[in-house]
Amino acid sequence: MDLFLQLLFTGVGIGAVYALVALGFVLIFRATSVVNFAQGDFSMVAAYLMVVFAVDLGWPYWVAFLISIAGMAVLGAVFNLTVYYPLRHRTFLPVLISTIGASIFLANSVLALYGPQPQVLPGWLDTPGFQVGPVYLDSQYLIIICVTLALVAFQYWLFERTLIGKKLQATSQDKEMATLLGIPVAGMIMLTFVYSAVLGGIAGILVAPILFVSIQMGSTIALKAFAATIIGGFGDVAGAILGGFAIGIIETFGAAYISVPFKDAFAFLVVILFLIVRPQGIFGERVAEKA
Amino acid sequence: MSRSAIGQVFYALLAAVLVALAATVKTDGYIANILMQAATYAIAVFGLSIVLGLCGQINLAQAAFFALGAYSVALGTVDYHIPFWLCLLGGMAIALAAGAGLGLMTLRLGGHYLAMVTISFQQILTVVLTNAIGFTHGPDGVSSIPRPAGFASGQSFLALVVAIMAISGYLVWRLADTRLGRAMRAVRDNELAASANGIDVYRTKLIAFALAALLAGLGGGLFASGFSYVSPDQFAFADSIVLLTMALLGGAASPIGSAIGTGLLILIPEWLRFLKSVPGLYLAVYGAAVILIVLFMPDGIWGYISKLFRARKPAPSKAAEPLTLRPLDSGAPMALEVKGLCKHFGGLKAVDGVDLQVRRGGAHALIGPNGSGKTTMVNVVTGLYRATAGEIFVDGVDVTTLPAHKRTVAGLARTFQNIRLFRSMTALENVVVGAERDGNALIERGRAALWGRARAALDFVGLENRANEAIPSFSYGHQRLIEIARALAANPTVLLLDEPAAGLNLSEKKELHDLLGRIAAQGLTILLIDHDMTLISGAARHVTVLNFGRRIADGETADVLRQPDVAAAYLGVSE
Repeated sequence: MDLFLQLLFTGVGIGAVYALVALGFVLIFRATSVVNFAQGDFSMVAAYLMVVFAVDLGWPYWVAFLISIAGMAVLGAVFNLTVYYPLRHRTFLPVLISTIGASIFLANSVLALYGPQPQVLPGWLDTPGFQVGPVYLDSQYLIIICVTLALVAFQYWLFERTLIGKKLQATSQDKEMATLLGIPVAGMIMLTFVYSAVLGGIAGILVAPILFVSIQMGSTIALKAFAATIIGGFGDVAGAILGGFAIGIIETFGAAYISVPFKDAFAFLVVILFLIVRPQGIFGERVAEKA
Repeated sequence: MSRSAIGQVFYALLAAVLVALAATVKTDGYIANILMQAATYAIAVFGLSIVLGLCGQINLAQAAFFALGAYSVALGTVDYHIPFWLCLLGGMAIALAAGAGLGLMTLRLGGHYLAMVTISFQQILTVVLTNAIGFTHGPDGVSSIPRPAGFASGQSFLALVVAIMAISGYLVWRLADTRLGRAMRAVRDNELAASANGIDVYRTKLIAFALAALLAGLGGGLFASGFSYVSPDQFAFADSIVLLTMALLGGAASPIGSAIGTGLLILIPEWLRFLKSVPGLYLAVYGAAVILIVLFMPDGIWGYISKLFRARKPAPSKAAEPLTLRPLDSGAPMALEVKGLCKHFGGLKAVDGVDLQVRRGGAHALIGPNGSGKTTMVNVVTGLYRATAGEIFVDGVDVTTLPAHKRTVAGLARTFQNIRLFRSMTALENVVVGAERDGNALIERGRAALWGRARAALDFVGLENRANEAIPSFSYGHQRLIEIARALAANPTVLLLDEPAAGLNLSEKKELHDLLGRIAAQGLTILLIDHDMTLISGAARHVTVLNFGRRIADGETADVLRQPDVAAAYLGVSE
């Protein structure tokens, strides 16, 4: 039972990271119908930015954090202008392949600039963690869970309570109608990419102290987050968050009770099971085509 | 000699020269390795040319299928001492089964699911190859893989691989012009129109996907013996992306493009070796190149070249025989009969208990104001939507529960309100797809009969002299005519025309009217959905009027149009 609770805590913590990246996936998918394969590389780039500012340059953690996040916002904008925007009128396949190209480009640019040696980013707090009853609460995991919950709340407020959130929703539901109503659709899509890059960046910075900072961390996280969106129901915000937690918990328990080397396969097995049994995910994707 | 025959002779000569060179020219080990890699990869890329190029479906696990072939040969020959050729066939079968299995699960869903599932498969396989050490030898890989008897030297095995590559490339090249290949291209261009023309979309995608996996398995099996060593990191996700890029760079639509892309992407890294001094730089350039290719060369290098040099094919010289329509007649009193048909979308009753009897021969019109349920009704009758309740009979056969592509077998053909042609194909190829539906009793099997009928159908609508032009070069009105020709070529029992006059100018409408007259003269039954009262009162003997999903009038055209509630529904006259 103690082990169970400990694993649950760890699973929820790592799942929170997947949830954040999955959220970025879903926001871009809803706004542009594009599956962004470079979403995980946003996390990787942000983690490297943190290593540069907080470790190499030795700036205060929060200053490095803010500058890294600002850098991610710029990256999101550049990504939109180079990878998505020129292809916006083409079918989904070229855009998807273009994002794959971007993913390869980002990962290997970082490799060329920083070298293959994995880097270490210290955690935010000096306290490593504390014992509550039978469970040891690692402080970095606590931070991850708290920040994720705060971001989810912020997102809810943004989308449901503000005008700009309504405009973002209108853009994702019907671009033509949104344009006719005077909503700057291109601007809303730009905002979506910037926001998604920032979300991915925060996820990367949060998870970096737990993992090593390496160029592979992006694709690993992205694949898990992608799995999360399938489990939750493609295009559904709440589904992405729940799916992220589900993947985190599944792989943590799978590793502990079944097999450590096969840990990375569990998420994908669950995805394939879901596609057989309930392809629309927990919350269901609205699929329809007009004749 | 036709263009295609010249091309085939040229291909055979080129292949023979390549095999001879591979068998005779002495190369050092390094060059030989590059050639071996290029030839085996090319076979896998031909697979992508089928699934991505012809059928428009993504596959991000080609390296995994390649690995299945490679490990079958490696483990089979080394650990179990099974002869090479058996292992190769076994590997192809395993890859085929894996591809078919993945396809069965996901091809009904959208493209991003396919992307995800193929990635998942790729990742799981990599994890298994790395960690199931007892079976796969783990990260160390398998070494000392033998070559088959008679091809023990590297040189002779390379010649064998090049020969197999040439044959595979030939088959993939010729596939595009077979019935299956046309079905794949039709699915890529327009799934709805494909199923309305009798193509089983799901089955076609599944075959494309399985064939692609099969070719990857073949390439992988040869790769294992060629290098006599395999390990899991040779077949990772990144390698699937490399294979995909090869197909895209050269031009996924053609195996020649695929071969060019494969060659370039294996050679370029060698030319750019100076970039490799900085780890990552080469792949960063590579990633940027992928984006640039997608941006500026959407059809790849070969697509770009062949567009530059595309000679306009001459129009067929011989005038085709006139089109004959011989609709089947089972003796059932009605050609098309609909009883109590309902289609509800949630709470909206788009079609609500409609009866419709279409008598054999001549035109029957279905009219009604916008939103009255006409197009929904057509979509339910042709099987794009499933009926909520009611029954549909075509020539006395109950088709209510049949999928769309099976209803064409029963004798239904249709056109679409917003034209749905296969835009990357020529006018003639579009019509051929219509002609080769299952159950078209008028044509014997055989290319000449098939193409003859398609040309006759184009001639019938007056476009035979432009048969070999691509769809985008036709005007809107002519595209409508091609769609009608495609439906007529299928020799249907009932032809449904969904707003054929929409967007036509006056003279085009007159041509359409004449055309309908000539169709009706051959005894084909037409169900005509339109708003144009001149067209309907001129062409249709009977009319059914819908409003708010219900039938409000039915009978002889002149009588119905005189009824006050019909005028009220159309003109909004208050009662």
